[in-house]
Amino acid sequence: MRGDAKSMTVLRPRSAAEAVKSYAKVPTAMPLAGGTDLMVGWNLGVLNGRSILDLSRVAEWKKINVVSDGIDIGSLVTHSEIQKHPVIRKRFPLLVAACGTVGAAQIQNRGTIGGNIANASPAGDTFPALAVYEATVRVLGQSGRRGVPISEIFAGVKKTTLKPGELIEAVFLPFTDTAPTRGVFRKVGTRAAQAISKTMFAGLLFNGKGGVLAEARLAFGSLAPTVRRLYAAESFLKGRKLDDKTINAAAELMTTDVSPIDDIRSTREYRLVVSRNLLIAFLKGEVK
Amino acid sequence: MSVGKNEPRRDGPAKLTGRAKYLDDLDIPGCWHGVTVRATVPHGKIKSVSYDPSFPWQECVIATAEDIPGKNLVALIEADQPLLADGIVRHREEAVILIAHPDRATAYEAAKRVKIEYEPLPPVFDMEKSEKVFKSFKIERGDVDAGFAAADVIVEGEYRTPSQEQAYIENNAIAAYEENGILIVTGSIQCPYYVLKAMKQAFDRDETKIRVIQTVTGGGFGGKEEYPSMLAGHAALLALKAGRPVKIVYDRHEDMTATTKRHPAIVRHKTGLMKDGKLVAQDIEVVMDGGAYATLSAVVLSRGTLHAAGVYECPNTRVRSKVVMTHTPPNGAFRGFGAPQTLFAVELHWEKIADVLKIDSLVLRQKNIFKLGSTTATGQKLLESVGAEECLQKTVKGSKYVAKRKEYDRWNKSSKNKTWKGIGLAVCHHGAGFTGSGEVYLASRAGVALTRSGELIVLAASTEIGQGTNTMFAQVASDALGVPASWFSVETPDTHKVPDSGPTVASRTCMVVGGLVSRATRELKRAFEAEYGKVPKTPADLKKAAAVLCAGKAARRFEVQYEKPPEVTWDDATYRGDAYGVYSYAAIAVDLEIDKLTYEVRVNKVTTAQDIGKAINPLLAEGQIIGGSTQGLGWALLEEPIFKDGIMINGQFTNYIIPTSLDTPPFQVSLVEKPYSRGPFGAKGVGELPMDIPGPAVAAAVKHATGRLIPTLPHTPERIAKALS
Repeated sequence: MRGDAKSMTVLRPRSAAEAVKSYAKVPTAMPLAGGTDLMVGWNLGVLNGRSILDLSRVAEWKKINVVSDGIDIGSLVTHSEIQKHPVIRKRFPLLVAACGTVGAAQIQNRGTIGGNIANASPAGDTFPALAVYEATVRVLGQSGRRGVPISEIFAGVKKTTLKPGELIEAVFLPFTDTAPTRGVFRKVGTRAAQAISKTMFAGLLFNGKGGVLAEARLAFGSLAPTVRRLYAAESFLKGRKLDDKTINAAAELMTTDVSPIDDIRSTREYRLVVSRNLLIAFLKGEVK
Repeated sequence: MSVGKNEPRRDGPAKLTGRAKYLDDLDIPGCWHGVTVRATVPHGKIKSVSYDPSFPWQECVIATAEDIPGKNLVALIEADQPLLADGIVRHREEAVILIAHPDRATAYEAAKRVKIEYEPLPPVFDMEKSEKVFKSFKIERGDVDAGFAAADVIVEGEYRTPSQEQAYIENNAIAAYEENGILIVTGSIQCPYYVLKAMKQAFDRDETKIRVIQTVTGGGFGGKEEYPSMLAGHAALLALKAGRPVKIVYDRHEDMTATTKRHPAIVRHKTGLMKDGKLVAQDIEVVMDGGAYATLSAVVLSRGTLHAAGVYECPNTRVRSKVVMTHTPPNGAFRGFGAPQTLFAVELHWEKIADVLKIDSLVLRQKNIFKLGSTTATGQKLLESVGAEECLQKTVKGSKYVAKRKEYDRWNKSSKNKTWKGIGLAVCHHGAGFTGSGEVYLASRAGVALTRSGELIVLAASTEIGQGTNTMFAQVASDALGVPASWFSVETPDTHKVPDSGPTVASRTCMVVGGLVSRATRELKRAFEAEYGKVPKTPADLKKAAAVLCAGKAARRFEVQYEKPPEVTWDDATYRGDAYGVYSYAAIAVDLEIDKLTYEVRVNKVTTAQDIGKAINPLLAEGQIIGGSTQGLGWALLEEPIFKDGIMINGQFTNYIIPTSLDTPPFQVSLVEKPYSRGPFGAKGVGELPMDIPGPAVAAAVKHATGRLIPTLPHTPERIAKALS
C-alpha cells in the first residue's frame, strides 16, 4: 500500500449543503462515496497529498424516493440496496441485474450509484441500464441544482461534464408509459465474478400496433470511451417488423455508434463479434 | 494410527481467524521500510544516477552495489544474477538501488526522486531469436530415424504455453537485522537453506553468523523458491547499512512485475505411429524462455525435458531442449516446474493424431500407456507403483467419458442449442523428488528431538506454506513411533535450529523428507526400547522416558541423512537411467460448455484420479488436487501475463485474471494408492501433479466442443472466437 494518510486531509460534511460548501472551498478534493475505486488509487499512492471529501455523513443522499412519475435514487445508495428495493426490482429490472454484476458482494455493499457515475469508467456496470431507462443525473453545486441526462453526463474515459464544485445528489429514473415487451441486461466479463466487462448490453423493446416496433432502446458499455446508445439502429428499427432482414440490417448499423478498441482485457474484433451476437440474439428474443 | 486419517490442519485455525502473524504483521521495534529503485529499460548501460536535491535524503539510508560486502551475486545454480545491477541492466524492473526510511510512504516517495539515465542496448524478447542458451539437453532412445521410416503415419504439431503468475495470497516479504553479530533474516520463504547459501556469498559470512527463519507464509507455488534469496540480500544490505531492522514488503504490482513466473514454452512434436495407433517414433523439440538470468532455468528445463514424451512407451524417442535468455524478468520455479508445458504438448498432440488415424485419443492412450515393466525415454524400467492405467480407467468411468463424447456430438449438431459441449481427457506422470542425482547432491538431513521435559519435535527445514507440511510430518512421525499425533510438534524452519532437509519443492517434502522423519523417528523408537525398555504409552510415561533418554541434557536429537536407494542409477552426462526414484500418476477429464454468443467457457465438472502412493492425510491430499487443478484451469482458460517492451502490463489482480470460487467447478477426486517401497507408508509426491494436465484436457474438450484444435493457452473467449471465425 503506497497511500500516505498523513499527506491527506479528510473533509467530513454533515449535510448536502455543507458538502457543496466544503467542495467549493477545496475543488481539488476527491469525493468519497463508497470508496471501491478510491481505495485502488489510495493503494497505488496516486491520491497522496490530496484532500478527500467524505460524503458518508450526508444522510439525505442515501434515500430512495418513489414519486408519481419515477424513482429518485440518492447518489449514496449502494448497489446492494438497489437490488433489494421492491419498486426498482419491478420497474427497472435491468438496473437490478447490472448492480448484481458489480465486483462481488463486498463491493456491492460499499459501492454507490453516484460514485459509479462520477468515476466514469468506460466499463461502468450500471451505465447501459441507466442509458436505456433514460435516467437523469441530478447535480448540486453552489449555484444550484440541475438535471443532466445520462447521455450527457460522460465526457470521456474517467471524465464527466460535472462543473467544478458540483456533486451528484441523485439519479432519477422515469417510469415508462407502457411496460417494455422485452428487456435484457448482459455483461460479458473476464470471469464469473469480480470481473470488469469486455462488453455489456442493455436493451428494451416496446411493441406497437400491427406487429411493428414502437421503440427500441439499445445501449452498450465498454465499446467506446463512454456508454453508447445505438441511435442509428434504434431509429432504423422504429416502425418495422422484427424479421431476420431487419435484425441483420440493424446489427450492421451498430458500428455507427460504437468503436471498440484492443486493450488489456480484450480485442476490438472480439468485442464487435460478441456484441453483434448479443444484439441479434436480443432482437430475435433468444436471450433472457 | 494417524496415517490415512484426516487430521485437521495444524496451521488452519490461526490462519482462518487472522491470528497468524505474517511478516508484515510483525512489530519489529525500530524497523525501517525498504523500497527498490528499479530499471526502466529492458537492456541498457547505466549512464548516471541523480538524486532530486529538494528531497531530504539525510532521512534515508541508500544502498547500491558498492555496499555489498561479499559478491554482488544471488548465488543459485549459475553465478550470473547480481543482487543489484552493476553497470548494466538486463531486464525491466531489475533492482538498481535500495532505499530505507522510517516511513513506508516516504520511502516510496524517495524512490520516485531517484533518476537513472541509461544508454539503451538492443533487447531480445522473442525466445526463438535469442542466441544465448542457458542450458540444453538431449535424450535419445532407440533409432528414431528407423522408427519414422517404419511408421504408417507421421503427425506433426506445435504447441505454445504462456507464462503464469504464482498468485500466492501473501506477497514477497522479508525483514533483516543484526543481533549479537548474527545477521538474522526472516520472512515469507519456501527454502531457508537456499537463502542461507545466497547470503553467505553476498555477505561473506559463514552459517554461524547468518540465521534464516521462516515466518508464517501465505503460499509459494515455487514463487518463493529462489526470489527470497534476492529479497533477503536487499533487506540485509539496508539493515546492515542502517544499523537497524529493515523490512521490505512488496505490494502486488511490484511482486507481479518484478518477480519470477512460469517459463513460456514452445514444444514441437513429430510422431510416427502404426495404423492401429501404436507409437513407433517421436522427435520432440522444446524451447523455454528463461528471462534475463539463469536462476533455476536449467532444472526447470530438465524436468520439462524428462516429462516431454509423456506417460507412453515408445521404442524410438528423441527429445532436444533448450532454455534461452531474453531481456525480461527471470522466470523461475512454479508448481509443475517445466512439466506442465511439455505435458500440454504431448497430451494435446493425441487429439491431432486421433483426427489423422480416426481413432479416439482414449484408445490411443490405452494402447501406449506405461504399465508395470514399461521403459521410459531415458531407459528407466518402471518396476513398482505404476498407477497410470488405473487412473485413466477410473477417470474415464467416473466422468462417463465415452457416453459423453457421443452425447455431446449429438448436442453440438443441433443449431437450436445455445452452447457447444465438450469433454476432454489427459494423463500424465510426475517424477517425485529431485531429478536424477539431485537428491544425492542435496544429501538432505532431517530428524526428531526429544526434550528432557518430554516434548517431541520434528526437525526439518521443509516449510509449511499452506500445503499441510506440519500436519503431515506429525502424522508420519507419530505412526513411526506408535504414539498419538498430538504428541509431536514441528520446529519452525530456522537454520540455527533445524538441519538442512533441502528445499520445499519438487513434490519431495512428504516422500523424501517425510521418509527421513520416519527413519529418524524409528531411531528414537529403538532408543526408547533399548534405554527405557519400551515406547512410552502415556504423557506421564513419556516424561519419565525422556528423563532417562536425555540423561541430564536439555534434549536429544535423532538425525538421519538421505541415502540413495541402491537400485536407482542415473548418468548426468548421457541423461540415461532412473530420472526419478518413482513417478506419481494422474488422469483428468474436463467437461465444459461454450456459450455460442460470447465464447465464454464454463467448466461443469472435473473428474480426476491421482496415484500418489499413499495419502497420509486424504483430505489434505484432495485439497492439493483440487487446488492444483484449479490453478491449472486458470492457466488453461484465464491467466495470461501480457508483456509489452519487456514488462508485464497487467500486473495487478484487476487485469491478471485468476479463477474465483464461481469459476471453480465441482470436482470428483479419486485417490489411487499404489505404494512406493521407498516412500513413508508408501507415499509419493502430490504437490505438483494436479497442475500438470488440466491445460491439455481443457484444450481437448474445447476441440470436442468446437471442432477446432487450438494449440495455444490460455483458451480465452477471444482465442476461441478467432479460431471459429
